[in-house]
Amino acid sequence: MSTARVRARRRLQAFRIAVFVVLGLFFVVPLASMAAYSVRVPGGGRTLEFWKQLGQDPDLRSAIVTSLELAFLTVVLMLVLLVPTMIWVRLRVPSMSRVVEFLCLLPLTIPAIVLVVGLKGVYAWVAYFFGDTSLTLTFAYVVLVLPYSYRAIDAGLASIDVITLSEAARSLGASWFTVITRVIVPNIGAALLSAAFISVALVLGEFTLASLLNYDNLQVVINLLGKSDSQTSVAASLASLVFAFLLLILLSFVGRRRSARRATSDLVPAPQPSMKEG
Amino acid sequence: MGRRIRRLVPVLGLVPFFGYLTIFLLIPTVAVVVGAFVENDRASLSNIRALGDGVVMRTLWHSIVLSAESAVIGAVLGAVLAYAVVTGRPDGLLRRSVTSACGVLAQFGGVTLAFAFIATLGFSGVVTEAGRDLLGIDLFGNGWLFGLNGLTLVYTYFQIPLMVIVFLPSLDGMRVQWREAAESLGASTWQFWRYIAGPLLLPAFLGSMLLLFANAFAAYATAAALVSQGSPILPLLIRNALTSEIVLGQSHLAFALALDMIVVVVIVMTLYALLLRRTSRWLR
Repeated sequence: MSTARVRARRRLQAFRIAVFVVLGLFFVVPLASMAAYSVRVPGGGRTLEFWKQLGQDPDLRSAIVTSLELAFLTVVLMLVLLVPTMIWVRLRVPSMSRVVEFLCLLPLTIPAIVLVVGLKGVYAWVAYFFGDTSLTLTFAYVVLVLPYSYRAIDAGLASIDVITLSEAARSLGASWFTVITRVIVPNIGAALLSAAFISVALVLGEFTLASLLNYDNLQVVINLLGKSDSQTSVAASLASLVFAFLLLILLSFVGRRRSARRATSDLVPAPQPSMKEG
Repeated sequence: MGRRIRRLVPVLGLVPFFGYLTIFLLIPTVAVVVGAFVENDRASLSNIRALGDGVVMRTLWHSIVLSAESAVIGAVLGAVLAYAVVTGRPDGLLRRSVTSACGVLAQFGGVTLAFAFIATLGFSGVVTEAGRDLLGIDLFGNGWLFGLNGLTLVYTYFQIPLMVIVFLPSLDGMRVQWREAAESLGASTWQFWRYIAGPLLLPAFLGSMLLLFANAFAAYATAAALVSQGSPILPLLIRNALTSEIVLGQSHLAFALALDMIVVVVIVMTLYALLLRRTSRWLR
């Protein structure tokens, strides 16, 4: 190798290290500050007092329960709505697949703040039929998680031969319901799991719809808490963040295990243009 | 007749899905567009006219400046980071950890992100106090964190990772052979970037930047948690219109403002799609 090459290589290496260090600091400092802030005693010293508050504050506790219930309901409703539809499209009406895809990805391009303006009217009816509870947010959340769940499930369905599997089952006398629930769903378990995880992570972090439709969820209550007790609120948001991180790390393991087995998998949801909760 | 009905049966399987999306996605979207042209239950242009109001125009301008600034900063720094990643080993641990971290951080936003920066640079933030104690400088200033400059900084936090995610595939599409061919013809590094890599990557770079712009323009939760007084940007003005309903005496102003946002996003996303089509010709 010529010395010019070696010098260029070394320059590139120095450049890379500088980039990783500087940007690494930019991303780590706010997170580390959150941790330090949540255990700091005004005047000096450290305490876990604010973290203990998390379990004690009644508003916060009920908000955590509400958000977990919302996450659960959203996952269930999303799966019930999306999985049979996507399988059905593949098996019986492939001509509609582009329409379904377009509709599923549409929420990415409509800002949540715009959706909320339009949803106000719809939610007057929702409250009329289902009562005025925070759990009705499930309906809107299913729409929010749709693009991400669609991609995860679509990748799962693409990795198996849906048509052959279902024809085999049908020729042995299985009903359509049996085909969907006992033949296809067990085969796309990992895809469904990753769709569920990303939905849970999104719902737990959601603020826009809940706050502007005047419902309480975890983020709304944390935000409110920030006005009276900033240290507990920082502890609470760090806790919810860590929880979401763990979910997403779990998710990447599910994705990796699959892709080790099948080269085609593309389950980790990251590399997509997204318009998220910002 | 019987056969035609039978051919329609499979489509019936999609009724629940279409019904659901009609109620919770299409009706709200249409309601925004229609609502913008209604006042006191009859057709009116008064809300659209209100968009020309000085306050609204200034807020829209702030939104555009904020989105553009954070998009440019995010795009440049994100591209630099992506380049630093791509020059490493393609299956190395570094690359895998940076891309997964970016996947998570690009989704990071809302109340949590706002609080992270308050804990860092707020009045009693950790970095602010360290600056006061160790260096004797006041990083808090007059509370710039809670204004437009603060929002630009905070938005950069999710823009850089998003840029890495959307721009990395384009950098990956560059072939080593192009570089070698250029070098064997005697091109310098500068010439390679100026005449080959630059022009090839430019559409992808601009396209990614547009996506970042739309991303920042649509963001609401972070700003809502950070800025509690005043409405410096459009999403916060919508909040104001939704909660007070008496701004400028227009009850449907929120619809017009939301329509304003849709128009901007549609323009940006159309440009993005056009650029994407150009990019895909070379880099795949």
